[in-house]
Amino acid sequence: MAAMNPPLLKGLLVLLGCQLAGEVAVRITGVRLPGPVAGMLLFLLVLRLRRPAESSGLVEAPGLLLRHLQLLFVPAGVGLVVYLDTLRDDALALALGLVLSWVAGFVVTAYVVSGLLALTRRSR
Amino acid sequence: MTPLELGWHPHETWDWLVSSPLFGITITLAAYALGRWAHRRTGSPLLQPVVVAIAVIVAVLLVADIDYDQYLAGGSYIGFWLGPATVALALPLHHEWHLVRRAALPILTGVSAGALVSVLVAVGATKVGGGSRVLQLTMAPKAATTPVSIALSAQIGGIPALTAVLTILAGILGAVAGPWLLDRLGITDLRARGIALGTVSHGIGTSRALHESRTEGAFSALAMALSALATSVLVPLLTAVV
Repeated sequence: MAAMNPPLLKGLLVLLGCQLAGEVAVRITGVRLPGPVAGMLLFLLVLRLRRPAESSGLVEAPGLLLRHLQLLFVPAGVGLVVYLDTLRDDALALALGLVLSWVAGFVVTAYVVSGLLALTRRSR
Repeated sequence: MTPLELGWHPHETWDWLVSSPLFGITITLAAYALGRWAHRRTGSPLLQPVVVAIAVIVAVLLVADIDYDQYLAGGSYIGFWLGPATVALALPLHHEWHLVRRAALPILTGVSAGALVSVLVAVGATKVGGGSRVLQLTMAPKAATTPVSIALSAQIGGIPALTAVLTILAGILGAVAGPWLLDRLGITDLRARGIALGTVSHGIGTSRALHESRTEGAFSALAMALSALATSVLVPLLTAVV
């Protein structure tokens, strides 16, 4: 088997490095920002400055993780096995809270953004 | 562990197997592969790979009487990559930067409004349904992506692991029903579609958005990050007053 190709290795290292730097930065400064989100902003800066080619590990590694994004949520989702009793006992409260707030937040966001986008288009 | 004598050792082998990382990692990848196969085979948006994978693994754990903690010995290796994957969301953002920059104000306003409504309705509707205060607080941060919602839940006195589950269910709602609802609402602008998905359905909604188009995916990724920020600010403030 061939060794992991160097661009992918480099890309993974950059992703981990950005997250590490982000996690350390928010802890040291006490900024109320999740570490991975700080890392994302840092990685965006790297991409804007470096403008890597499509064949670069800086494009390949994130592409690999994003193609399988749903996989990464599976272990936390399986945690529902611990809360089967709660999910049953409080089924109504949880269903109402989950579905209504999802629908309300979703519809409000969609209309506000599309409305404002239409307004800015017209004013130009 | 003492070496076993040559012979037949099913119990020892089972005990080793279920507490080994090899079990959790293998079953997670296998269930996800099955989910992808089912999704491709049927083409149904209801059969998101994450849904099939979680259902299959939960069924196996219940039938075989395996603890969640034992599963996590391997599962946590996969969950770990959620952090670097969140960092990776900068890539679609970079690709669509020219579009993002021009739409900054509508995006910021929309995400803030959506996060605000999401938190308020989460607390209110859980209360109306007869949920305890702890349950309301557990529900409040669920629009933010998992690592963030868990931290917020712990901070305000919710149940973090249950928040994680609710967060993933909110993501699944977006992946399954989001694009359908957007069609019904008549929202055709790819930017608005992506922002709506990312704001309330974080990475799982974003994976669906990326599937639809690169532009929609980029805006969803951006909205996911901004929603995590907005929710982090709003949840401690709002849950102190409602």
